[in-house]
Amino acid sequence: MKQINKIQIRTYSMLGAARTFGQALIDLAAEKDSVVAITADQRSAGRLEYFEQKYPGKLFNVGIAEQNLINVAAGMAKEGLIPFTLAQACFSTARCYDQFKISLGYMGLNVKVVGFGAGLALGQYSATHMSVEDISLVRNLPNVTILSPADCLETYKAVIAAGELNGPVYIRLTGEMGNPIVYNEDYDFEIGKAITLKEGSDISIISTGSMVYNSIKAAELLEQQGISVKVVDMHTIKPLDKETVENCFSSKLLVTVEEHSKIGGLGSAVQEIYALTPQKPMHLMLGCDNYYPIPGDYKYLIDIFGLSPEKIADKIKHTFELL
Amino acid sequence: MELDRTKKEAKQIRRDIIDMTHAVGTHGAHIGGSLSAVEIFATLYFNILKYDKANMTAEDRDRFILSKGHAAMTLYATLHRVGIVTDEDIKTFKGNGSKFANHPYMYPEKGVEFSTGSLGHGLSLGVGTALALRHKGNTSSKVYVYQGDGECDEGSVWEAAMSASHYCLDNLILIVDRNKIQLDGFTEDIMSQKTICERFRSFGWDVINIDGHDIDDIYNKITSGLANQKGPLAFIANTTKGKGVSFIENRYEWHIGTLNDKLYNQAIEELENEANQ
Amino acid sequence: MASKYNSLLLSKFGQSGAAFSFALITLAEANPSIVVLSSDMSTPAGLDKFKKTYPDRFFNVGIAEQNLIGVAAGLASEGWIPIVVAQACFLSMRSFEQVRQFCGYMGYPIIICGIGAGFGLQFMGNTHYSIEDIGVLRTIPNMTVISPADALECCMALEKAITYRKPVYIRFTDKMGCPVVYKDGCDYEIGVANELREGGEVQLIATGSLVDIALKVAEALGQEGVSTSVIDMHTIKPFDGCKVNKNAKIIATIEEHTIINGLGAAVTEYLSTGQNKTTLLRFGVSDKFSEVGDYSYLLEQHGLTAENVFSTIMKELL
Repeated sequence: MKQINKIQIRTYSMLGAARTFGQALIDLAAEKDSVVAITADQRSAGRLEYFEQKYPGKLFNVGIAEQNLINVAAGMAKEGLIPFTLAQACFSTARCYDQFKISLGYMGLNVKVVGFGAGLALGQYSATHMSVEDISLVRNLPNVTILSPADCLETYKAVIAAGELNGPVYIRLTGEMGNPIVYNEDYDFEIGKAITLKEGSDISIISTGSMVYNSIKAAELLEQQGISVKVVDMHTIKPLDKETVENCFSSKLLVTVEEHSKIGGLGSAVQEIYALTPQKPMHLMLGCDNYYPIPGDYKYLIDIFGLSPEKIADKIKHTFELL
Repeated sequence: MELDRTKKEAKQIRRDIIDMTHAVGTHGAHIGGSLSAVEIFATLYFNILKYDKANMTAEDRDRFILSKGHAAMTLYATLHRVGIVTDEDIKTFKGNGSKFANHPYMYPEKGVEFSTGSLGHGLSLGVGTALALRHKGNTSSKVYVYQGDGECDEGSVWEAAMSASHYCLDNLILIVDRNKIQLDGFTEDIMSQKTICERFRSFGWDVINIDGHDIDDIYNKITSGLANQKGPLAFIANTTKGKGVSFIENRYEWHIGTLNDKLYNQAIEELENEANQ
Repeated sequence: MASKYNSLLLSKFGQSGAAFSFALITLAEANPSIVVLSSDMSTPAGLDKFKKTYPDRFFNVGIAEQNLIGVAAGLASEGWIPIVVAQACFLSMRSFEQVRQFCGYMGYPIIICGIGAGFGLQFMGNTHYSIEDIGVLRTIPNMTVISPADALECCMALEKAITYRKPVYIRFTDKMGCPVVYKDGCDYEIGVANELREGGEVQLIATGSLVDIALKVAEALGQEGVSTSVIDMHTIKPFDGCKVNKNAKIIATIEEHTIINGLGAAVTEYLSTGQNKTTLLRFGVSDKFSEVGDYSYLLEQHGLTAENVFSTIMKELL
């Protein structure tokens, strides 16, 4: 696949993750003839009309019908196509969970489910549209790879990688248009291989999706106070990069940060390794507490759950000082 | 004539289902809904469906999706009669670790296209398959989905029905096993499906009623429906749950049933008497 | 505590049979706001007696679990106490979003009863096994998740759920002739785990039908001189962390469920809130689908037998 230049990186960031997906799909489909797209009335979210223009007849819209979305994709995958579905993360997982379990988990069909607006980004539409359980839901299912890209360049790369992987994939897209840039130049992306963005000796932060950027900013604030912080981009939640997680156990404090419930997500996945390890640091889990907030815009909701860089830094510092 | 053979095979399929149910003893099996499907499966597999016994995954085959997964016995018995599922396979029905389970396990080499059992999934799978075939330029293969009438309670069925007509899927055929019984009782008492024909029509399907136990009617109506197919096509097959065994016919208690030796012998005797007539 | 329920008799009917053919009838008589809904599963669930006794208070929506939850929510919004009964797999997955919106988000106090949880539906296969339900429903805010140990505890749980007035999921495991854990009744409070046996070296935390296995394992460990406690963690959410013995050498969680997100995960979360040197062993289904078979075959496949749990713990102790 082509190298992505800095102008494209900035463009993708402005477009946001869902539209970057649309761009990536166009490039992927140029290499793989079997790639098709199916959406549940969310074509415009990914600007898939451009995909359709380039590849007439390869975009399908099932309307507001997510159960049908998954199984139509499953039927296509069984026939050798590589379908990518696009809908809101909450509806792509929660509304069609039975179909997801059976067609992707049990039958292992080669469907790539792309859920945009994961986490709190659609929170202005209230809790009905927030997706803070999707990692938990999909992680329960055997055989499904879960990708949670940190920024739009990583979104692009995740889509390409998903297209090349033979097997079901869930890609969770966080953030809004104007998504902050974590990777300002192209790099190698490999499913299952986390990326350590910066080293540090006191604290390790394992983060995913939008929280990678916030963790980097939080780390900067902590470094200013003399605390040495490692930051890991855990872009693949399943299969989790066990080695990278274990390498964090030599820190004095382990932190996980996710725009997701504290139940069942990245933090829980890390704990599954953590629980089996005798020598380990204290684990601070940051994420969404188990309640649905009153609707608000993205920034407001991130702040409510203490997931802004400042609040992340504060919480970490407070915990670190108590050790 | 081919249909005479089909009628003989149907009897044998019915016999196989009873044998399988008896063999699993107190575990029981979905005998009622399996018996109502016999003539339709026999007609399809011995006359209508296109497949290659030596290569059940050949691209140019017709696809058969058993959405009503609990009628798996009918599928296994039919595939057995065709010669794809072996005697040894059938003997493992519902055994621990067997792929010939109560509900279908995806086993394309043996003619089992998808793992079904959770009701309301098959028609969507059928829509996806039909779209894919068209996309691939495969204009000769058809997609058949076999569904229960109680199964039409599920909302997901109607999502699929809408999309089938929206996409004018003239390679998709649905057969609804209208035996009027579901687990808790008669469909008309639980969740009436009496408007099922009008409903599918209003969703843009062509709808044809068939006598689900009259092989001549099944054959004639399906072949003529296929010859004139312009969009998604639904056959509402009027059937009897438990058909062929008097103490099971139209009894909702026999959705899942067990056959002890006495009942088994009685059932076999009835089948043999029927065969001799 | 003396019980109005005959545990031995109830166990013959299985967890759901006991709850719906016995407890429910008495509870419904006392509380006219109780209504029961099912998606075509009333007969297998043991609801025939209720249907006959209170025909106007029973609704069958047919094979339509999403509609089931929505209808229940509508009834709840008008002051009824809906008890919803269907297969655990379909209630927790097919209608997950509806449970999330109506129970989690809007907080309607529906009592959701998932029958055939775990491997209870045996030969029905993986489409019907419910080994993710604790995990997924635990994720929903405001949900209480309960998995009773035996038929008597099911009746107690149902009783308490009715006056609890919050959304509750009760998972019914095992089948007819299920083991008896509480012979003479039990003290039952939602959210308060029961310590069935004391001990300090090893702690077994189990839920649902596998509490019985935990007791057998504890007995066997005791005979080897290993002091073992057993906790019936009947409520996985809210989680009763105080019963977790952080000083135990080994804590083993035992569940008829995936080890991802279930009871084992809840214990892991609790242990991770502080420093401890306990070894945690999680017994359950390890991230794979099952080969279909009968109940014993399925439990054995995933190491959920007293023999396997015992020998694994003994190995760890050496």
